[in-house]
Amino acid sequence: MSEGTPLFRGYEIVVGLEVHTQLLTKSKMFCRCENRFGAPPNTLVCPVCLAHPGSLPVLNAQAVRLGIRAGLAAGCTVNPVSVFERKHYFYPDLPKGYQISQYAHPLLSGGSLRVRTGAGERFIRIHRMHLEEDAGKNLHAGIPDKSHVDLNRAGVPLLEIVSEPDIRSPDEAVDYLKRLRQLLRATRVSDGNMEEGSFRCDINLSVRRPGAPYGTRVEIKNVNSFRFVHKAMLYEIDRQIDAIEAGEPIRQETRLFDPASGATKSMRSKEEALDYRYFPDPDLPPLRMEMAMVEEERLAMPELPERRVARFVETMGLSLADAETIVGEEALAAYFEEGVSLLHASPATKGEKGRDRWISFVLSEVLREFNLRGEEVLEGATAPAATVPLIAKVCSGDLSFSQAKEVYHTAVEEKVEPLEIVSRQNLVQISGEGELVALVEAVLAENPVEVESYRKGKDRLFAFFVGGVMKKSRGKANPEKVGEILRSKLGSPSP
Amino acid sequence: MKNPFFVSLADFARGRDEGRFTLEEVTAYFLDRTRSLSDEIHACLSVNDNAINRARQLDNRLRREKPPSPLTGYPLMVKDNLEVRDQPTTCASRILEGYRSLRTATAVSRLLSLGAIIVGKTNLDEFAMGSSTENSAFGPTRNPWDPSRVPGGSSGGSAAAVAAGLAPLSLGSDTGGSIRQPAAFCGVIGVKPTYGRVSRSGLVAFASSLDQIGPFAVEAEDALEALVAMAGADPLDMTTEGRDPEEMRRDFHQASLSGLRLGVPVALFGEGLDSSIRERLADVRKGLSSDGVREEEIELAHAAMGINVYYVLATSEAASNLCRFDGVRYGFRAPGSGTLREMYEETRDKGFGLEVKRRILLGTFALSAGYQEAFYRKARKVQALIRQEFLDAFSRCDIIMTPTSPTPAFSFGEKTGDPLSMYLSDIYTITANLAGLPALSVPAGVDADGLPVGVHLIGPPWSEGRLLAVAREISRRWPMPLPRVHATHGTAPGRKGGGEK
Repeated sequence: MSEGTPLFRGYEIVVGLEVHTQLLTKSKMFCRCENRFGAPPNTLVCPVCLAHPGSLPVLNAQAVRLGIRAGLAAGCTVNPVSVFERKHYFYPDLPKGYQISQYAHPLLSGGSLRVRTGAGERFIRIHRMHLEEDAGKNLHAGIPDKSHVDLNRAGVPLLEIVSEPDIRSPDEAVDYLKRLRQLLRATRVSDGNMEEGSFRCDINLSVRRPGAPYGTRVEIKNVNSFRFVHKAMLYEIDRQIDAIEAGEPIRQETRLFDPASGATKSMRSKEEALDYRYFPDPDLPPLRMEMAMVEEERLAMPELPERRVARFVETMGLSLADAETIVGEEALAAYFEEGVSLLHASPATKGEKGRDRWISFVLSEVLREFNLRGEEVLEGATAPAATVPLIAKVCSGDLSFSQAKEVYHTAVEEKVEPLEIVSRQNLVQISGEGELVALVEAVLAENPVEVESYRKGKDRLFAFFVGGVMKKSRGKANPEKVGEILRSKLGSPSP
Repeated sequence: MKNPFFVSLADFARGRDEGRFTLEEVTAYFLDRTRSLSDEIHACLSVNDNAINRARQLDNRLRREKPPSPLTGYPLMVKDNLEVRDQPTTCASRILEGYRSLRTATAVSRLLSLGAIIVGKTNLDEFAMGSSTENSAFGPTRNPWDPSRVPGGSSGGSAAAVAAGLAPLSLGSDTGGSIRQPAAFCGVIGVKPTYGRVSRSGLVAFASSLDQIGPFAVEAEDALEALVAMAGADPLDMTTEGRDPEEMRRDFHQASLSGLRLGVPVALFGEGLDSSIRERLADVRKGLSSDGVREEEIELAHAAMGINVYYVLATSEAASNLCRFDGVRYGFRAPGSGTLREMYEETRDKGFGLEVKRRILLGTFALSAGYQEAFYRKARKVQALIRQEFLDAFSRCDIIMTPTSPTPAFSFGEKTGDPLSMYLSDIYTITANLAGLPALSVPAGVDADGLPVGVHLIGPPWSEGRLLAVAREISRRWPMPLPRVHATHGTAPGRKGGGEK
């Protein structure tokens, strides 16, 4: 047993994940039909993806390129020759009666992904990545006793990413999936949209006593959210341990996760497993890799999430956790960086002070709105170009930070630029010495008891006086200046 | 084979340009003849209703501009496993009854773009599986030389159409001999090009790694012109190669028989080979050597395994290719079937004929877990040996000659009860498909029964031009008589055939 391996009722779990991700190509894998989600049924089809007689597949070079890019991002080896094969089974959503996939000779081999959970940091090895085509969808809703088939998705390019059985907990599985999705999104390989099925996961799971040989593996098919992955694994771990403790053997089988009940249900056993009769597709010559293209992709590789996190930590003073939070959302990270460079571009906001205000603003206010409303808050009226001037006003002392926050939330709510709200509400910070002294003196006069206590050493009351002044000024007083005046009026508290 | 207007493509082009006839006249003649012989020969499964319109349009255009090609207006028959847009493509199978194609096969559309006129679509063994056209779901085609005999197969309709003079040019597909064997049986030239020479896009696949489209014609030069028109890389078929089609024309005109090295695998001329064919082959060799051709005895030790290898590979691919005929999206669906599984089973049971089902079963078995190593994979290995053996042989000779078929055209029913003996009739042709090599059959006269004898020529990759040049010489030495159907159905224009028995 390796040190620190989490145990579940005294058992270690062994998990490998298979991810199917749709590639962001313009057209399908083997024909020129548009690759797009959400079109009316059977409007993105042609003789090739409908498997009309006489039609032949023609490989989409962009799909190969995106596969290579994903592989390079995860440190995979690009195989000089890979082979498309036919995987046979009959189902109405599979027009040809076989799926074109890669089997004995995948596009990419090896690779790994670093995961980080409460239990620490580990590498999960990637066994292989290969290209294949998606199937259509059977639709059962509507007319009783009939099924319909929508073949818009038939032939959409997929990259299947198979991990080694290195995962040891549900947390680790979810972290692996999140990081993989992040990587695919950052490299523009996939939109990773789980609701639309462009990022789907099969789980292979077995349990064993620490140090024992691998247990019998069960495959859970098509688990389509991080939450379900977690739930399905916890359910399956308990189910397998219960069976073992009751002296029942684990059957090698394929199971389905039912989100409604949170349980997995048997779909087919090993004995019922299909014989796919794989053989090389004679319509598609072996794919010989153009190494120039691979090098092109290697050179054009954007900054990967892990590298970006490190950069945020090293050059911007973010904590690791904060950096991961921001980098975890591609759009948020782009928003953040754009803000940083805008601040840097102006002499008034350049420097650590402005940047630190921006970091805390993004991590609290922007993140809250982003989680609530999604990417729209990062664009339009509250895009960085419109939001950064608000922080500039804080830096120049024209606005307090709390005023800025309030303005921002109103701006998001009303989809109006923040500065428009500032001028509409006639917001100005009171920084004039005379006005502030008057405010401070009034507050001190109203609270003689507290002044007395403060002078006797109850220094926590300082914030109380600041709050009083801010309240009296309806939030418009410059809190820093208020502090200075208060200190001079009150003197230091005696010990 | 004969028509009242022209004797060859070049003659047609001259006649057309000199105004000896209109395309409408010519087209009407071939349509009429096809219709009037539809019972006796049954070469066609459908006739192109639009042919006359197209001929008129072309006639009009030719009044204004020069024809783009000798093939402009040339009548053409197309095997019914090649797609022509908006026309039925049945593959002679019930499972595609009523199906109309959404687009046109690349090979066909290249001929159409030069102005060829499709007369009709020709009969075949269902999904091109067979050697006699007896496996057509719509009834067999008869041999124009002897109606009691088969025209060969699977492209029997296309071969019979040219022999019976229903069109001067036709297209077939060849997976193991399906162009060359019927060409031999019907006394016409039939060419299977190098694998990758002609696009397979729009050809309903039988065995994708072996299938090629090729022409039937009376004259070698006509076959050449059709081939040049069809050949060349196609973005719709990734197995095509970017060889320049014009190289074939160049080779055809530059080839010289003098000094040509002819490889003869004498070990293959033993058991099972009809003596009249063996003797005719000897005569042909003698004639060629008087033209300066040198003979080289060669050995093709693995060729004997060709049949075994072929029936594993071809059926494996066929079983896979035919999965799409499932009753879900087009074609025939068994009525009233209950569950999805029943629908699949009944559709495929009723939709496919016996031979097709036999091959689906064979192929499914050869690819199944536990047997794939012993059958499919082993066959692939032997295929590689056969290919290498041919390439080695071509270091010692330029062209290999064999009979096309061990026998002349056989009678109906003679082999239908014995699939193995039917499969053996492809013994000489199959290896060219396995090795991806170009090959053709050229007639060398008739035997004592008046049946055509075919000579089979195989060349190294991309040598079609030279093969056709040799075929032209053999044709010169062995002019063919007219098939019997010409005696019963004359060739005068504007007259319905069948009147002068």
